[in-house]
Amino acid sequence: MSALDSFLSPPAETAQRHGPHDRIVMSSRVRLARNLKDAAFPGWAKKTERVKILDTIRPAVEGLPEMKDSFSEAMDNLGVLDRQILVERHLISREHAAKSAGSGLVLNREETFSVMINEEDHLRMQALRPGLQLKQAWAAIDQFDSTLEKKLDYAFDSELGYLTACPTNLGTGIRVSAMLHLPGLVLGEQINPIIQSVNRLGLAVRGLYGEGTEALGNVFQVSNQMTLGETESMIVERLEKVLAQIIEHEENARQTLLEKKPKTVYNHIGRAYGILANAHSISSKETMNLLSLLRLGVDLGLFPGAERALVDELFLITQPAHLQKQFSDKLSAEERDLVRADMVRERLKNVPRPVVKPRPPNTSN
Amino acid sequence: MLCSICKEKPATVHLAQIVGEKMQKLDLCDDCAKAKGVNDTAGFSLADLMLGLGAAQEIEQAAGGVELKCSRCGFTQADFKKSGRLGCPECYKTFSEGLSSLLKTMHKGTRHVGKGPEKLRAATQNADRMRVLQKKLEKAIESENFEEAAHLRDEIRQLTERTTAPRNLTR
Repeated sequence: MSALDSFLSPPAETAQRHGPHDRIVMSSRVRLARNLKDAAFPGWAKKTERVKILDTIRPAVEGLPEMKDSFSEAMDNLGVLDRQILVERHLISREHAAKSAGSGLVLNREETFSVMINEEDHLRMQALRPGLQLKQAWAAIDQFDSTLEKKLDYAFDSELGYLTACPTNLGTGIRVSAMLHLPGLVLGEQINPIIQSVNRLGLAVRGLYGEGTEALGNVFQVSNQMTLGETESMIVERLEKVLAQIIEHEENARQTLLEKKPKTVYNHIGRAYGILANAHSISSKETMNLLSLLRLGVDLGLFPGAERALVDELFLITQPAHLQKQFSDKLSAEERDLVRADMVRERLKNVPRPVVKPRPPNTSN
Repeated sequence: MLCSICKEKPATVHLAQIVGEKMQKLDLCDDCAKAKGVNDTAGFSLADLMLGLGAAQEIEQAAGGVELKCSRCGFTQADFKKSGRLGCPECYKTFSEGLSSLLKTMHKGTRHVGKGPEKLRAATQNADRMRVLQKKLEKAIESENFEEAAHLRDEIRQLTERTTAPRNLTR
């Protein structure tokens, strides 16, 4: 077991984290990009300079009250599997997982603050919260940043704001994002117009692991794109408004599907259950897509007695790195598919097949 | 029309994205469109793609054919074209002309209105206060109000001590 394994909360625990609207909003995140005044950005700095930057920033971050009991490590001291685990838990970016000497990570015990050092910028600090809690996440990272700025000299220009490696992050350096589970909009074939209208508002919609990734398991990330010319609170509020709309559309889509096409819904969820509960080999992609339907089934009350946390835990532990961690021998992709299926079957042993919901008497006609 | 990325093959994919009141346009060939994931609506954002294309051209034009190079870190416009990232905070000054029109298309505004480091704000406030005091001092001396002048001189001395003693502020 690595030091990281013993530090991270077990998936059964992380699946129990709850927040407002977590039926649809899986998590909220606010990240700030900051750079030191007199140093080249990580992508351009030589290794010795990057190491120096890491040595300046890391103790400053470790010394913050929020990071009292933290996991702090240079990226080159972390194994491939550990890095992948961090990506699967959304604690670091895929880009950061690929970094070597001169990059680092400081993560607090509650996994509510994660600081990437020398990712694309010298500092990428993020506050993470379960459910829809953008304002809370912003307040937390704002305070974190205000304490840290006393110890470090940030690159800041009164006209352009915080200077970042990429001009897309210039100004506030803020990215406010939420991870959404939208099976209703996908099944109801309304997701594309929704994505387009969200795009038109200057917001980005991305897949499960951020930039350039697929929307596996009907999970989408919505985030701001513009960072200059607006205050942080304005950006947070705009995103909150849009999210409230998306939540409403998703709830409506689920309701409409149940009313207009109940057979389609039962069919999808029943088949998902059938495969997950009986398969002997299953890929991680298929697992995620089917677990999404199972999650929808739990939300719709088709699995009385089953908790959403069970699905959320499976969502995490069936991912490649989490799965591999449970076995000492290196598994091939095919072997992983076998043990994944075994694990899912075992976990669903006590979950009875989905019920068919009787239509409420007042709405049936 | 040629593809705006490879500039070799004819453009067959034409994109337009409206952000606020501005329209961004891009013409791509099949191969480049595929390579940039244009067909993947979930992961695609025009702003990301515009970067490194438009920006590099803007900078090139602003420089008038001369290759700009950051005196602080040695980063050139060719490097920017390759990566879409800048070399160091100073690069924003080096490439400022070309960047400003890019920032206009990319962001809501071109002026930062969010938070800033507290210690810089204190430093600016102190600098403002210093200017006021110095002007008053000049006036006092001019009008031969030496009592007032002595008083102002003490205040300036105190302010200087306060701002330089605890930390070396460069701004």
